[in-house]
This record gives sequence, structure tokens and C-alpha cells, in this order.
Amino acid sequence: MRYLPLTPANRTEMLGVIGAATIDDLFVDVPAEAHLSGPIADLPMHASEMAVERHMGALAAQNISAGSVPFFLGAGAYKHHIPASVDHLIQRGEFLTAYTPYQPEIAQGTLQVLFEFQTQVARLFGVEIANASMYDGSTACWEAVAMAGRVTKRSRAVLSRGLHPHYAATITTMAKFTGDSIDAQPPRLVGEPSPDGLISGIDDTTSCVVVQYPDVLGRIPDLAAIADAAHAKGALLVVVVTEPVALGLLEAPGNLGADIVVGEGQSLGVGLQFGGPYLGLFGCREKFVRQMPGRLCGETVDAEGKRGFVLTLSTREQHIRREKATSNICTNAGLCALAFSVHMTLLGGTGLAKLARVNHAKAQQTAKRLAAVPGVSLLNTSYFNEFTLILPRDAREVVRELADQRILAGVSLGRLFPGVANLANGLLVTATECTTAEDIEAFAVALEGVLA
Amino acid sequence: MTAVNPAGCRPEMGPAQHPAHEDAPRLTNSGDRALMLEEALIFELGRFDATGVDIDEPELEPLPALSGFLRKAAPALPGLTEPETVRHYTRLSRQNYAIDLGPFPLGSCTMKHNPRLNEKVARMPGFADVHPLQPVQTVQGALKVINELAHWLITLTGMHGVAMTPKAGAHGELCGVLCIKSAIEARGEDRTVMLVPESAHGTNPATAAFAGFSIENIPANADGRVDLEALKARLGPDVAGLMITNPNTCGLFERDMKAISDAVHAAGGYVYCDGANFNAIVGKVRPGDLGVDAMHINLHKTFSTPHGGGGPGSGPVVLSKALCPYGPIPFTELFEDGHLTLVDEETAGARQPHSFGRMAAFHGQMGMFTRALTYILSHGADGLRQVAEDAVLNANYVLRSLDGELDAPFGKAGPCMHEALFSDDSLPEGFSTLDIAKGLIDEGFHPMTVYFPLVVHGAMLIEPTETESKAGLDRFIGSMRSLAQRAKAGDTSLKSAPHFAPRRRLDETQAARKPVLAWKGDSGA
Amino acid sequence: MPLYYTQDHEWIDVDGDTGTVGITDYAQGQLGDITFVELPEPGATLKKGDAPCVVDSVKAASDVYAPVSGTVTEANAALEGEPELVNTDPESGGWLFRLTLSNTSELGGLMDRAAYDEYVAGL
Repeated sequence: MRYLPLTPANRTEMLGVIGAATIDDLFVDVPAEAHLSGPIADLPMHASEMAVERHMGALAAQNISAGSVPFFLGAGAYKHHIPASVDHLIQRGEFLTAYTPYQPEIAQGTLQVLFEFQTQVARLFGVEIANASMYDGSTACWEAVAMAGRVTKRSRAVLSRGLHPHYAATITTMAKFTGDSIDAQPPRLVGEPSPDGLISGIDDTTSCVVVQYPDVLGRIPDLAAIADAAHAKGALLVVVVTEPVALGLLEAPGNLGADIVVGEGQSLGVGLQFGGPYLGLFGCREKFVRQMPGRLCGETVDAEGKRGFVLTLSTREQHIRREKATSNICTNAGLCALAFSVHMTLLGGTGLAKLARVNHAKAQQTAKRLAAVPGVSLLNTSYFNEFTLILPRDAREVVRELADQRILAGVSLGRLFPGVANLANGLLVTATECTTAEDIEAFAVALEGVLA
Repeated sequence: MTAVNPAGCRPEMGPAQHPAHEDAPRLTNSGDRALMLEEALIFELGRFDATGVDIDEPELEPLPALSGFLRKAAPALPGLTEPETVRHYTRLSRQNYAIDLGPFPLGSCTMKHNPRLNEKVARMPGFADVHPLQPVQTVQGALKVINELAHWLITLTGMHGVAMTPKAGAHGELCGVLCIKSAIEARGEDRTVMLVPESAHGTNPATAAFAGFSIENIPANADGRVDLEALKARLGPDVAGLMITNPNTCGLFERDMKAISDAVHAAGGYVYCDGANFNAIVGKVRPGDLGVDAMHINLHKTFSTPHGGGGPGSGPVVLSKALCPYGPIPFTELFEDGHLTLVDEETAGARQPHSFGRMAAFHGQMGMFTRALTYILSHGADGLRQVAEDAVLNANYVLRSLDGELDAPFGKAGPCMHEALFSDDSLPEGFSTLDIAKGLIDEGFHPMTVYFPLVVHGAMLIEPTETESKAGLDRFIGSMRSLAQRAKAGDTSLKSAPHFAPRRRLDETQAARKPVLAWKGDSGA
Repeated sequence: MPLYYTQDHEWIDVDGDTGTVGITDYAQGQLGDITFVELPEPGATLKKGDAPCVVDSVKAASDVYAPVSGTVTEANAALEGEPELVNTDPESGGWLFRLTLSNTSELGGLMDRAAYDEYVAGL
């Protein structure tokens, strides 16, 4: 077996040192009736590298990859170009095969990356601090709601109608068990989301208002107005960013009054990967640091006075605080955070702004062309790289028909909000720097065909 | 094989063999020392106008769709060109220890070799470049990966079903505990107490507390296992269940496991098993045969997906027949004609009406599933069994080789499983477990897990895994013996170890008293 | 001003019906370097044995219990910037909070200095 260095002679010799006659003498504490006498039946035996690669390659070939067809999906996961050096660097064994940096003297590489990552996220979001990452955007979003509860000592969260339905569902699931009360509703099909309905739901019992920016239909909400209303009632504003590239052009949520900003970092450096692993971003005002979930890396000095980094403020976390911890989270998304950080370093603020402009320009071209298809109209007044089209019939069917023509047309609102009849004709379309003029034209022509 | 690497300095060479040390300069102008390279922060190196990505900017139309939302200034994020970026991260990488460099015997963490075939497969465009919301007709291969891995996990554990979506071990624990809570609510009962052994991982009580349970500890008996009589005495109509780790955090198999499960079930509770230590028994024992109702499987431990410096993890949860109806959405469903679909919010009402709901966006850690399945197929049913046997053999070899030099509190009780546990009892006054750990760094090894489990004073928990060769173990054992002997001889240089690492001991007190969590300086000017 | 001690290593210094609470020198020595103190809000009502206050070191978080019942009147603001006062001056400048006692008879169950010293010597 290619991954097992012990030889039969080694095993015999080692059993001798231990004083055991057979390997099963070491499993003597396993009750006899539960001790399997041989390999489990009906499962295949070991296989060569070539055979496994062939099997997995055959499975991979049964999927249509985003890069191989005209591709317009978004809704919380985005197709961006990943520079080749990102993937090279995250495959360095010293990053890939290291553990959580609990021994800081021999983990400064990981720790400095985390410190740089925290700073990049904080600056991108316009807040003072960020943690070393969480599982993904949706779980980070729930953690923000839970944290707002700790800060305000209230337990009623108001979710904007424009919040991604998977995020809302994650929050609703968790709240069932913690006893938090959650107000969540599907979006209305209007071009400009009015904050009035949301604001009228805020009262003296509200812990936080959760607003996605841009929202799940691609529209851009007026954060400042919502922030003022939340703060007037002593509630926090939690802003969710599922497309961080947007912040190359849009004002940072922290500069518009957000108290906690969370996000999905997949867009930078992390591939689509059918939904995971992704990267939860979590930033907030510095005054809330003791209520934050997740790992934090901080600067310090070593015994010789050299600058160094350590995991810090660990007394918030489960391995010390146990049942009183701020969260049960243990891991972060270390390697995805590295990928994000490398990509962000390659871009720089200037590159990010340029990338954002290209994304927006591609979205404009796409929206203009598709809205010219007979029977199709553009819902949004505002958008970044994602917008909602209203089709003359059920968008789920249209998406499936276009997929048969090898065009991945977007995410139907019926898929996101099953059973909400008035959303069924909505189609969420995303364009990024990867979208070409040929892709747009192919989509438009095929759409004309299936709608004819 | 010698216990010392013959390529380097050897004890018999003595200090006189190193005249260069006598007249070596203390400092260099650059701050670097040959291959010991220091690296500044990107905020000190980078420039606001630098970029390592060439983007063809198209003819820009005006931005009416963004007016009023535009940011006043570009984010204050410095950039670097590609060669500078590659150098920055490559230099940083060299300040990390990793499995690729040597043994990483962190108990409870299962730091095994990460096969590179896993990485190659995960990067196939059919897996890496697929959107989670593509029509299911375009992702049949991805759904087959989930389904095939699920089949392996169910079969290897002898359980009824598996929830694949949890994003890490602790997320999996949460999934299992929420299933238990849902099952109890469905029975119309009010059980508010979760029992947790003293030796449990911190995530267990944190998870149960999050789900609204109050936590009560169950003591260990003298041979490091759950005290069955104490457990039975506490069981009752207020107890929802028991969260137990098996093999436990002392590296021992809970030999009363079946009796424990039977007692919990008889009292109307459920058994949650923390599967962090599944590597010791994979292919040898099926938790389902021991009465377990739910167990998470850390794919990054038993099934070799990379730890990545702290994640991402993946924590599928296998479930008993009693708990399956409450499992989360979404999940895959296989039809007779071989095609697969996803059961999500749309069809849950018909297919999984008692589900407690969704735990996260999308369908789980697909990138980890492809790696884990690749590993599982490589080993097969026979190889996985050999993995457990070699992991247990290696740990017992370490236990017997060091027992006597160090105190093994449960060493007399029989063999260990995949971890060898020692206490600080045999260390002389003035020397601690931490000193041995830091001394190991100078010896070129990653330290073992220290001060966990809490039930053993100054615990040193060593998990060599099946990845280590006998020669590698002998070198590690040689270093451990040497360190114990230096402590016993009163060698105070151990107190200030490490001496040869990129950094000396770091001031964690200062870091926590005056937290600096982000770079505050100007940058990129 | 009589000083009283608890078996959990808190002290309380009583002046009329006002008590000042801190942890003992022995306790700070056991905890190691204190990095943060989570203090109670003035106005909080405490029952004897409540845990209104948490003292953090790098690797531990320890509850501080109310030695007697009462209402918190003041927390030691100096600890926000200088938690190390609990290490350097535990039984004076490193005090944690003040409270108005609601039941002075609870003091009867506490130890005096001599009894506490004997208790610590026996640990």
C-alpha cells in the first residue's frame, strides 16, 4: 500500500517490542462481538493511483464545468478568474499540510498570513477588526446574529427580504434551537428595494437587522438609512456581502454604519467547487471584540523582541470556555483564507477596483442584450454584476432547456424560493470578467429560441 | 537505523566540532540568516498602485446603476506584482512546520500524509469549476461523488444514513445534537440535560450548550474510561443523551461502550459519539454495532483531506435509524435508473418532513468529498483496516518505548489505541510539559498535544498515525528520551527552548492584554 | 475595616454596608498573567454565589463568585486598560467591584485572614 511505510518485518519487530503476539492483541478492549474479523464485505479493495484517477475522472466528466460553456450563475457563488500563482502557493506543503498554529514558534507563516488576511478583510469591509475566517458566508451570518444577541442582550433579529434564502434558512434553523425570534420573508419583485418595510419592523426588542449588499436579486440597498433606524432603537446593523468584488466599487459597509459585516469570500481565490469549501468573512467594530466568534490572530513579540504572531483572546473559544464559549466553532477555513489573501495581494486596492469595474461593465452589456430579447425585462434599477430578469414564463424550465443546449443561464428564483408563485418567472443572471461577448450573444440567441 | 539523522550534527561530534559558532556574527545587515529568511508584512512591502493581475479593461459605459453607491476611495489594500507575491508567500511558508517536513504527532488531530492524488482529483474542472446551483442534469458526476462517499461512510460505520452537509467536526456535532433535540421534541418530551465525560473535547459542551442543553460531567474511572456506574446513576427522564468520544481522548477504547449505549437507550436518551478518533478503528469496528445514534467523521482526520493550517474541515454525520428522519437538508437521492437529484426546500416536505432544516448554504464541502473519496478508493476496505492497525501499532510502540522514561498514567491498563498518553509526573521540579514540547521543536519535530485531556496532569498526547515509518518513530523516540533525560539532569536550556526555531517563545500575555488584530500603519504610500 | 475571605479565593472588605471585592494574592498566583477582566454592570443584583465577573489569563477563564448578596455600585474602571493590576496589587488597587450588601449576616460564613492563611496552607 503506497501510503503505508511499515513493512511486514517492521510490524513483527514492533509487536515484539510491545510484547503482543498479534495485532489483534492491541484491540483487546473491543468487545468480541463488535470486532470485525476481516475487510467489510461488498466494499472494493485497494486500487492503484491510475485506477482511482480514472474512476474519479469519469465522474468529473459527467459534470458541465463553468469554464467550458457560456455561464451566468451567481447567487452567492461566483465564477472569477483565479491567477495561477494562487493555486501554486496554497499547494506549498508548508501551508497545505500544517495544522492550526498552536505552536507559534514554528507556525509564523500561517500566523502572519492570518494577520494580513484579517487586516485585508477589515479594510475591505470598512471596520476595525476581522477574525481569521469561518466556515462560509451563511454560517458567518448566523454567528453575526448570535453575536448581536450577546452584545444587545436581545433575541429578535429582523432579516431583510433581500437576504439569500439559504442564509435566511440557516439562521432560521439555528434560531429554532436557541429560542431567537427571526422575521424572514421572500423578496418583492420591485426594481428598488424600499427600506421602509424593514425599518418599520425594528423596535426596542430588536437585536439586529440583517441586510445583504448587494441583495439576492442584485439590487443595492440604502445601508445608511437602515443603519440610522437600527441604531435609533439600540439594534445593530449586520451587513452581508456575498460578492466581495463588489466592494471594489461600492462604499464599504462599515463606512455606512454597519456594526458587523460578514461575507462569503469565495469570489477571491477560491473556486466554485459545487458549493464548498468556501470562506466565511467576519468583521466588526473593535469594541465588540470580546463577543466575537472564531479564531483571532494578534501581533506580539518573542523572547528576543522580534515581532511575531499568535492566536489570541482564546478564552472566548470552546477549547477553554467550553459550554460558555461564544461559539462552538473550532476550525476556520485556513487554506481558503490563504487563497483569498494571495488573490487580494495580487490585485491590490487598485486592481480590485479595476476588476470591479470590468465586472460591472460586463453585467451592463449582458443586461442590455438580454433585456432586448422579446418578452424579457430587467427588474433592477441598481446592480453590480448580478441582476434579475423577468421572463414571460417559468424560469426553472427555461434554465433546464438552455442547459440542454449547454448554456448555464443563471439561477431561477424558483430554485431559490420554491413555492413562491410570484417569483417563478424571475431569473438571476451574473456576469464577471470571465464573461465574453460570444457568451452573451450565445445566451441571448438561445433565450430567444426557447421563448419563441 | 540510528535514532539520529546521520546527515546532521550528531552528539559524538561534540561542541568542538562547531568552531564556526564561536566567531559567527550575531547579526546581519538584512536581518536574514542564510536560509532563515525574515519577511515583512504586505502592508510594509506593497504599494497602492502595484498589481499582479493584468485586467483588460473594456470600454466603460457610465455607471448609472451604481450612482450614489460608489465608494469615495479605493480600499487601502496594497498590491504586489506576481514575482513579489510568490516570494512573499514562499518565504512565509518556510516559517511553518508541516507533515510534509516530518512527524506531526498532535494527539486527537490525526496528522497523516495528504496524498497528492487527492489534490489532483479535486482540481479536475468537473469538480473544481462547478456551480452548486447548476441544474442537476449538469452535475450528475458531482452528486455521484456525494452518494458514493455517503455509501462508504455508512458502510464503514454500520449506520443507517449520513448527513453530508456539515462543514467541519464541530458543525457535525451540532448536526447530531440538533437531530437528538428534534427527536426528543417529536416524542413530546422535555429532556434538558446532556451528559459529557470530563475528558471530552471542548466542542462537545459548547455544542450542547448552544442547542440549549445544560451540561453535566460524568467522571472517569481509574483506568481512564467513562464510569459506567456513575453514568447509570445519573440517567433519568431529564437526560437527552450522552456525548462520548470513542476511542476516547486518553487514547483508550471504551470497552463498556455497548453497555453504556444500552443504558442510555433504556433511559430514553441518545448516544452521540465524537468521531475525531475514528482513524483507530476504521475497518476494524463499526460504531453502529456499539449502539451509537450519531457520529461525525472529520474527513480531514481519518480520510486525509489537508488541514491547511486550520481548515477547511468537513464533518459528515452518520445517523441511526432513529435519528435519520430529523437530519438536515439538502441531501442526494438516487433513483432506480441511476440518476440522482437533490432533496432541498422544494421537496423536503414530501421526502424529509421532519428535517430540522438547513445548516448552511449549498450542499457541503464538495472539495473535501472528492479528496476523501479518492483516499478511500485508494485504500479500499482492506487498506483502511491496515490504516487502523498501523496507527494503533505505531502508538503502542511509542507508548512502550517511552514508558519508564515518562509516566504513562494508563500504561498498565493494557494497550492504547492510536494515541499514547503521558503525564508530567516523572519530570523533575521546575520542568513542565511545555518545556518538553518546546524542546521537541528544536529537535525538528512538531510537539504532541499538550495539557489535553484535562483529566491527566501535564498531559502529553502523542498520535503518530500510520504515516510514520519505524525509522521515523525511532528518531522521535530518541528525541523524547533525550529531552526527558535533559530535564532530569536539570538542563535549564530546555526552559528557554526553542532556540533554533524562526521565533523564540512568544509573549502571549501581551498579545491578549493589548490586542493588535490588524495592521494600523499607513501602507502603500 | 474587616477583611473576609472565601474558599474560592475572593476577599471582601466591608465598610458599613458597602463591600469591595477582589481575588486573593494566592488566586492571582495560580491564574498566572491576567489579560482581561469582565466586570459586572453597576446596578446588577447579585445573590451570594453568583458569578458576575470573569478573570481571563492566556489559557483560562475563571469565574469570580459573589461572596455575599447585594447590588453592584461600581466596577474598577482601571482594570480595563490595566488588567495586570490584579497580578501586581490583587488585594488593593486590583479590586474588582463594589456592592451594597443586602444581607450582612452572610459575612458570618466567611473566613478571616488567619483562617484563610491556614486554609491555603492546607491546599
